Amino acid sequence: MSVEAAALQPRVAAEEGRLRSLWRVVREHRMLLVGLLILGTVLLVTAIGPVLVPYGPLQTSPELKLQPPSADHPMGTDNFGRDIVSRVVHGARLDLLIAFSVVIIALGVGSLVGTLSGYYGGIVDDVVMRITDVLFAFPSFILAMAITAMLGNTIPNVIIAIAIAYIPYFVRLTRGEILSARELGYAEAARCVGNPDWRIMYIHLLPNCLTPSLVQATLCLGWAILDTSGLAFLGLGIRPPTPEWGVLVSEGAQNIISGQWWTSVFPGAVIVFTALGFNLVGDSLRDITAQEER
Amino acid sequence: MVSLRRYVTRRLFLAVVTLFGVVVAVFILTRMLPGNPAAVRLGPYAKPELLAAMEKEMGLDQPLPVQFYNYLAKLARGEMGKSWRTGQPVRKDLTQRLPATLELALAATLMAVVVGHVLGLLGAIKQNSLLDQIIRGIAILGASTALFWLALVFIFLFYYRLGWAPAPLDRLDVGIQPPTRITGMYVVDSLLTGNWGAFRSSLNHLFWPAFTLAFVVSAPITKIVRAAMLDVLHSDFIRTARTIGVPYREILFRDALRNALIPILTTIGIVFGYLMAGSVLVEQIFAWPGIGSYAWMALVNKDFEAIQGFVLLIAALYVILNLAIDLLYSVIDPRIRLG
Repeated sequence: MSVEAAALQPRVAAEEGRLRSLWRVVREHRMLLVGLLILGTVLLVTAIGPVLVPYGPLQTSPELKLQPPSADHPMGTDNFGRDIVSRVVHGARLDLLIAFSVVIIALGVGSLVGTLSGYYGGIVDDVVMRITDVLFAFPSFILAMAITAMLGNTIPNVIIAIAIAYIPYFVRLTRGEILSARELGYAEAARCVGNPDWRIMYIHLLPNCLTPSLVQATLCLGWAILDTSGLAFLGLGIRPPTPEWGVLVSEGAQNIISGQWWTSVFPGAVIVFTALGFNLVGDSLRDITAQEER
Repeated sequence: MVSLRRYVTRRLFLAVVTLFGVVVAVFILTRMLPGNPAAVRLGPYAKPELLAAMEKEMGLDQPLPVQFYNYLAKLARGEMGKSWRTGQPVRKDLTQRLPATLELALAATLMAVVVGHVLGLLGAIKQNSLLDQIIRGIAILGASTALFWLALVFIFLFYYRLGWAPAPLDRLDVGIQPPTRITGMYVVDSLLTGNWGAFRSSLNHLFWPAFTLAFVVSAPITKIVRAAMLDVLHSDFIRTARTIGVPYREILFRDALRNALIPILTTIGIVFGYLMAGSVLVEQIFAWPGIGSYAWMALVNKDFEAIQGFVLLIAALYVILNLAIDLLYSVIDPRIRLG
């Protein structure tokens, strides 16, 4: 994150040093600050939480089933007397692992293909653009749902399914950037001294065309959390009793109409909290980069 | 006019190419991915000879190009295969259930367009004020909300605690007969036939799932309207109008708003995807008998032809909807065809 935000302010950075300029950007954008605080909390809990929580995520105690929130169980217990806080904290790793894997794959494939498409143009570009048109015709959640259903319920399949649904966003963004960058002086210069195409594309052009994709990647992390948990809620991908946030909401769903709200409401609130963090940071970064360009 | 005709021709051609691509994609999705659909349908302990028979029945023993040709030929006849769960043709199941989903989607769009426009306009007029910041915060929160969770929270609050909402089951209260079928949308049909009992009951059942969807969908609309309105308010013709002394209120409601209405079309295109994806989650939770809950039951039962039909229907509707929107645009806004 720090490298990215600092890169947005190259002129200021030269004057004040990277850390201070970064702090200035954060202070001017309240939403970015709030988002970073949220993500910091989530990452901290993910990193050290599993050591701190007193119960195992799969540890049942039938005599304590469906206990409302208390000092001992701040988020209550579920149908099997499992402590919900412990399950939420243990689930964080899986949800974040999936989200980051999805975005790394989608960003990687999307920017490689988008660069080819933008640089060569012509028939390559036409074919790639028609394929993205087709992929965009499917709402990403429905595409991910269908792919997971076909591939089967495993964690790698969920990652592949959601990544495929997100690839077209990165293809379009990178292609657009490359399209304008390939006409610029430095691209011309790189061509003139005899660099091969792949070097011009991936060493000279792509690093300068990544900013919009990185902003999109931040937003996609939030979407991936929502989509992963949505799939799990429908019974696709990750299945009970694995502690995953969507699974937790789904397990508690039948208790809602008998009044035991905590089994679903707390895990769901954590999903929204995390997605909110990514969206706040992503939206602010988009505003900041858009201002830079003016 | 020549440029308009060329634009329309090109756009139609692209839509046909995309539709064909969608059919290919759905075919690939179900036939080429690892995992044998026949094996999945029969379960892990199927005898080999049973498996072979099922493969033959599903046409899986044919070479892929032949399978694709057969699939296309069936589609051209309007057939989408048979759901082995319901025992009915998938097309029949989908057409039967589509009105319920459309009713839900339309109601949610209506609410979201109203809320999104009010919030977007307020935000743009009072740009950077506290109100604007709150509105932007709400929009981001809406975009971050897990629909399935929100639906559960609403059911807890409005059904269990407050008793305002009916039990989240079906489209009518128990004991009330559906109205005579005209559109298949109960609220519209009961209104048209003057069936007030069914109207009140169906409206009450429709409101809550639609409200849930609208909560999430109004977020992107708010953002688009706010941005569009800001663009208009900072444009030259508005500045001119202000300079020559046209009252601000008049500028806002006559000139600016009219120009900002164009993004409604864009938002409807964007919102459609959200609504269809959302329908799978929301319909399942509210037991709403539309195509979303149908897709869910198909997924759970590994009813592949039904899933295939559902995904194809959604994508085809999306392509056609966007074609219609683009064509409407080119009529409304002459700048587009010049581009």
